[in-house]
Amino acid sequence: MIEIEFFQTVLLVVGLLIAVTILLCIYRAVVGPGVFNVVAAVNVIGTKTIVLLVLIGYYFERPMFFDIALLYAMLNFIGTLVFAKYLERGDVCSR
Amino acid sequence: MLEVIVVVFLALGVFFLFVGAIGLLRFPDFYTRLHATGKCDTLGVALVILGLLVYHLFYYSDTPLVCVKLLFLILFIFISNPTATYALMKAAYRTGLKPWKLGDERR
Repeated sequence: MIEIEFFQTVLLVVGLLIAVTILLCIYRAVVGPGVFNVVAAVNVIGTKTIVLLVLIGYYFERPMFFDIALLYAMLNFIGTLVFAKYLERGDVCSR
Repeated sequence: MLEVIVVVFLALGVFFLFVGAIGLLRFPDFYTRLHATGKCDTLGVALVILGLLVYHLFYYSDTPLVCVKLLFLILFIFISNPTATYALMKAAYRTGLKPWKLGDERR
């Protein structure tokens, strides 16, 4: 049988390690020369946040966090696409 | 046995996420940085969520439908993350950002 304490510790350690990778990416989001580096770093941070939300949902045993993770994935994707289009053409709504 | 499978999936995923983050820090140029993160992040996220899916299947076996939600999350990330990387790279190339060559300074 599985011990729940063991998996709680594993989830906590994995979440903390992912938080450390987010801190590494924040350096590039703050310092990175040029706006494209900043947008790429923010996209990477958003992708890691999805995993962090699912881990939090298992750690606190709240299944509603998976819905928030799905919503955050869609928002991150649309936001990056809109930023890419705006930086390329200087306008969001043009063809 | 189950603990071994879950921990191996989670460790591999965290390893790939770390490799992506280090690539984002250390590569000299925008295109190479996206090359590092676009692939490593997709695989790392998918591996971590796959490990959690196995954990859910064995430990919370009374609610198996949540696994479908996690599978949709993996599928969506596999489609959306390379697409976002491609769109960013194409936008940067069209605005005239030059790729890094050997001997240039890091930027």
